[in-house]
Amino acid sequence: MENLIEIESMTFKRGQRVIYDNISLQIAKGKTTAIMGPSGIGKTTLLKLIGGQLRPESGDIRFRGESIPGMTRNRLFTVRRQMSMLFQSGALFTDMTVFDNIAFPLREHTRLSEKIIRIMVLMKLQAVGLRGAADLMPSELSGGMARRAALARSIALDPELILYDEPFAGQDPISMGVLVKLIKELNDALNLTSVVVTHDVTEVLTIADYIYILAEQKIIGSGTPEQIKQSDSPLVQQFLRGEADGPVPFHFPAQSIEHELLGA
Amino acid sequence: MEWFARLGAGTLDKLSAFGRATFVLLGAVVAKPRPLKHIPLTIKQIYVVGVQSLSIIIVSGLFIGMVMALQGYTILVDYGAEGSLGPMVALSLLRELGPVVTALLFAGRAGSALTAEIGLMKATEQLSSLEMMAVDPLRRIVAPRLWAGMISMPLLALIFSAVGILGGHLVGVDWLGVDAGSYWSIMQSTVEWNEDVLNGVIKSIVFAFVCTWIAIFKGYDAVPTSEGISLATTQTVVYSSLAVLGLDFVLTALMFGI
Ligand SMILES: Nc1ncnc2c1ncn2[C@@H]1O[C@H](COP(=O)(O)OP(=O)(O)OP(=O)(O)O)[C@@H](O)[C@H]1O
Ligand SMILES: [Mg+2]
Repeated sequence: MENLIEIESMTFKRGQRVIYDNISLQIAKGKTTAIMGPSGIGKTTLLKLIGGQLRPESGDIRFRGESIPGMTRNRLFTVRRQMSMLFQSGALFTDMTVFDNIAFPLREHTRLSEKIIRIMVLMKLQAVGLRGAADLMPSELSGGMARRAALARSIALDPELILYDEPFAGQDPISMGVLVKLIKELNDALNLTSVVVTHDVTEVLTIADYIYILAEQKIIGSGTPEQIKQSDSPLVQQFLRGEADGPVPFHFPAQSIEHELLGA
Repeated sequence: MEWFARLGAGTLDKLSAFGRATFVLLGAVVAKPRPLKHIPLTIKQIYVVGVQSLSIIIVSGLFIGMVMALQGYTILVDYGAEGSLGPMVALSLLRELGPVVTALLFAGRAGSALTAEIGLMKATEQLSSLEMMAVDPLRRIVAPRLWAGMISMPLLALIFSAVGILGGHLVGVDWLGVDAGSYWSIMQSTVEWNEDVLNGVIKSIVFAFVCTWIAIFKGYDAVPTSEGISLATTQTVVYSSLAVLGLDFVLTALMFGI
C-alpha cells in the first residue's frame, strides 16, 4: 500500500502546551482516512500541519516522500495545488457570490474558458444541492449551506488530496447522507485521497477505510472500522459510545473543581 | 535594571514588527507581475480606496480653502496686500495642507478600512484558505491595495488643493471682493512647477506609501479576534497620522529648508 502522507515521530507545541507528542501516522493513497478525537485535541491543527501552515517542533511530515516543513515557499505553493482543505469555518470569500467562490480556484489555476467554468461550477453546486443558491452572497447562507458551498469549492479542482475539517457539522440527516455519498464517490470514481475529521461515529464507520483516534497528545487507537469496533481498548470504546466517564478526559486540563470553587 | 530589561524587550518587539512589516511589503511587491490578473484587482481597489474617498476630500478641501482665504484676508488687508491672497492660499495648499490633510483623512477613511478588511479576512480564515489554494494572499489581497493607495493618494491630494484654491476664490473674490484678476495672475506668476507642485506631489507619494503600508501591515499582522482588529484599526490611524506629521517636517526641511 502506497502512502500519500507520512507523519513520523512528530511533536508540536502551542507555546508551552504540547499538542502532539511524538506521533506517527500514515495516510494511504486513494483511501479515506478518518481522524477522530475529543474537541480541542488538535485535529484542525493536524490538518494545518499537513497543509504546511504550521511547522512541527520536531519530526517530519512527508507528502509523496517529500518533507513538507523542509519545502521552500514556492515549492509549498506548487504542492498545495494538489491538495485542498475544507475549513471548519467554511472560510468562503465574503466579497464574492457563491458561484464566484467556487469558480475562484478554477480561475486562478486553470485556463478554462468561462463557459466551461460555469458548467463545472454548476455541477459542483448541484452535487451539494446548492445550484439554486449560486447567486447568493455567503452572508445570505445558513451555517450548513455555507459549509456545503465551501465543500463544493474544495472539490472544484478535483485535487489529489482533500482535507475535510468536520464536513458534516450542522447538516440535517438528508444532506449528511448526500455528503457521505459524495465523499465516497469522489474517492471511488476519481481515486482521491480524503482525510476526514469528524465526530460522527456512525458516518465515520461507513465511509472510512482507516481510522485514527486521537487523545492526550497521542494516537490512542487506529485500524479499519471493523478493528476499531472490536477494539478492546477502553479508551476507544469510551469514545465510540460517547461516555463522559472513562479514561479519556472530557475537560480541558485544569485543577480540580473542588479546589477551584472552594478556593482552598 | 528591570526598566532596562523592559526597554530592551520593547526595542526587540519594535524591531521584529518592523521585520515582519518589511516581509509583508517585499512579499507583496517583489514578484513576477501578472498584469492580466492584477490590474483589474488594482482598479477595483482604486475605486474602493480612492474614488470612495473623493467626497470627504472635496468637502474638506473646499472648507479649508475657504477658511484660509478668510484668515489670510483679515491679515493681508491691513497691509493692503490682499492681492497676494491667491498665492498664499495656493502655496499653503500645494506645499503643505494638500498632502498632509489628505494623508490624515486618507488614514482615517481608507487606511482604517483596509486594516479592518484584511484583519477580518484573517480572522475568518479567508487568508489561510487562499494559502491552502496555493494563492499567495500577499500578492492577491495585499499588493493591489498597496498599489491602489499609492496611486490614489497623490491624485486625491491634487484634487484637494485644486478644490481648496476654488474655495479660496469663493470666499476671497466672490465674497470679500479681492480682485479676481490678481487672485489668479499673481498665483500664476508665484507658484513654481518644480518647487511647489512637484514637491507637494513627492510628499504625498511618500505619505501614500507610509499610510498604505501601515494599514495593510496592521491588518495582516492583527490578532484575529474582535479586540485584535479594533486595536489594529486604531493603531493604523494613530501611527499613520504621527508618521505623516513627522515625515512632513523632515521632507519640508529637505525641500524648502535653507
Ligand atoms: N492560534 C492558536 N494559538 C494558540 N493555541 C491554539 C491556537 N489554535 C488552537 N490552539 C490550541 O490548540 C488546541 C488544538 O486546537 P484545534 O483547533 O486543533 O482543536 P480541534 O481538535 O480541531 O478541536 P474541535 O474539534 O473543537 O475543532 C486547542 O486546545 C487550542 O487551545
Ligand atoms: Mg477543529
